[in-house]
Amino acid sequence: MLSLIASILIDGISYGLVLFMVSVGLTVTLGLMRFVNLAHGTFAMVGGYAAATFVTALGLPYVLALILAAAVAGIIAFGLEIALVRRVYARPELDQVLLTIGLVFMGIALSGMIFGNSLVPIRLPEFLRGSTDLGFRSMPTQRFVPLVLGLLSLAGIWLLFERTRFGVKLRATVDNPRAAGELGINTRRVYAAAFAIGAALAGLGGVAGAELLPVEPYYPLKYLVLFLAVVAVGGPGNMAGSFVAAILLGTVETAGKYLAPEFATIALYALMLIVLSWRPEGLFQRSSKT
Amino acid sequence: MTNTQRTLGAAAVIPIVAVALVVIFPNQQAFLAQIAITALLVLSLDLVVGFAGLATLGHAAMYGAGAYAAALYSLHVWAEPLTGLVVGILAGGLVALVSALMLMRAHGLTFLMMTVAITQIIYEIVNKSRAVTGGDDGLYGIMMQPLFGRFEFDFYGRLAFWYAAVVLWLVFLLLRHIAASPFGLTARAVRDDGGRVSSLGGGIFAHRVALYTLSGGIAGLAGALSAQTVQVVGLNTLSVTYSAEILVMLVMGGTGRLWGALLGALVFMMIHHYAAEVDPVRWMLFIGAMLVMIVLFLPKGLFGGLEAAVNRLREGART
Repeated sequence: MLSLIASILIDGISYGLVLFMVSVGLTVTLGLMRFVNLAHGTFAMVGGYAAATFVTALGLPYVLALILAAAVAGIIAFGLEIALVRRVYARPELDQVLLTIGLVFMGIALSGMIFGNSLVPIRLPEFLRGSTDLGFRSMPTQRFVPLVLGLLSLAGIWLLFERTRFGVKLRATVDNPRAAGELGINTRRVYAAAFAIGAALAGLGGVAGAELLPVEPYYPLKYLVLFLAVVAVGGPGNMAGSFVAAILLGTVETAGKYLAPEFATIALYALMLIVLSWRPEGLFQRSSKT
Repeated sequence: MTNTQRTLGAAAVIPIVAVALVVIFPNQQAFLAQIAITALLVLSLDLVVGFAGLATLGHAAMYGAGAYAAALYSLHVWAEPLTGLVVGILAGGLVALVSALMLMRAHGLTFLMMTVAITQIIYEIVNKSRAVTGGDDGLYGIMMQPLFGRFEFDFYGRLAFWYAAVVLWLVFLLLRHIAASPFGLTARAVRDDGGRVSSLGGGIFAHRVALYTLSGGIAGLAGALSAQTVQVVGLNTLSVTYSAEILVMLVMGGTGRLWGALLGALVFMMIHHYAAEVDPVRWMLFIGAMLVMIVLFLPKGLFGGLEAAVNRLREGART
């Protein structure tokens, strides 16, 4: 019994950390920049494909490929922000939904044309293969990757947001874009950078979570609801809330898979529905809202 | 043009287009029936997206509910088509009413997520209730009795097309009437400025619930028509992907305009019919690019763009 609970917790938390890495950028775009981005999962998929290509085709080491994959996702997002996304910041939600769904469809089609429709595995280095004995059970060693990277990203985001000049500028920009602009902050550049950083983290999450959420062309659509659920439940714009929501949803779905695999999906959506009808603004409301 | 002329002219469009389509595509009437049914569904979606201003990715829930209800009714109770349509309306309306009670206090992203959650839960329940719904095999072997006890449903979809087209026509006239009624005008006022409506004494919540239920009933009707004419009901009728697809059709045509819904369904289905057979992957690329283009360059959809072009021509002729 105890070991079952421990198993659920370990798997659930590592799954939750993958969800957090992918979704944290989304909580910034959705909650702070007020841009409904349904294409966020595409960046995680781009990261996964990039890492697989770097490792398999170019023979780069795993850790280097991981960093480069995040960079690729970030650069593509930066380009998209400048070319398309910034044109619809001021437009109604529906337009944003449609533009980003369009991007999702294009992403699916392009990755299907380039990489084929089957799952693309990311070859692991020697030290991450096999399994580690935890005493009461053994766990695939690669499941430590999201655990480590997730906690690192959490710390990194906190530092970036609370302790750097960029964080100050971003907070100023989202709280009052006009005043921030008049104080000499280049708000367009801040938005583009925030969008790209979020996408890079999603790319990282896409690689780290490839074992749990396999990389395939339909990735952005298949897990879209999951990522949005993390943001909606945690409260858009609330990064700590997203963290808690990601762990919560990850653990609930994992528990569902262990205890009643037939109903895991229903449990996940029911939880989300209950939370959202009870608290439409998410579990943790952001206090300083203008 | 006087108002009466306008109304008569508008009422004549669907029958004229229907006859024209049959003349142009005499061997494709089953496909034309599909277009009419899809147009009906997109029309119902326009009530939520265009008239209430709520972006939803869960409209298929009501469509699928109507389709499954009508299929089960004809398989186990009575295979008479018209009462089957009523069953579809009731099923779609009921699902909409129950979910509206949860949904209509939310808006924006929360609303969008809840529509997805409700659709996924219904999808999973139907998927798991294999004994009743056939799970992922769906329901098949639906045989309808003749319409009015006289007209047999034929293999080529001739009756199916006229049946669907007449229902579409009647619903369109009804919605045109509703859109111009106090109820329809209030619905648009709630969309534009909910706060002002409630300070004038309007019940926003009740209004939205009523509108959503009406929309759900029509979606259920479209589902029932589909079940009766295609004679198969599958899980895809309940999927979020299908909800997204009909949203694309609506936006292509233009939201908030009943004509836009009809035009969007017609154009999308036509392109899909000929393009998707060639290459499904490129089709997705095309639809995606199309969406991006419409949002950036044609925010009012094809119908809005057409209207603007006609107005410009008229102005040009006048000067």
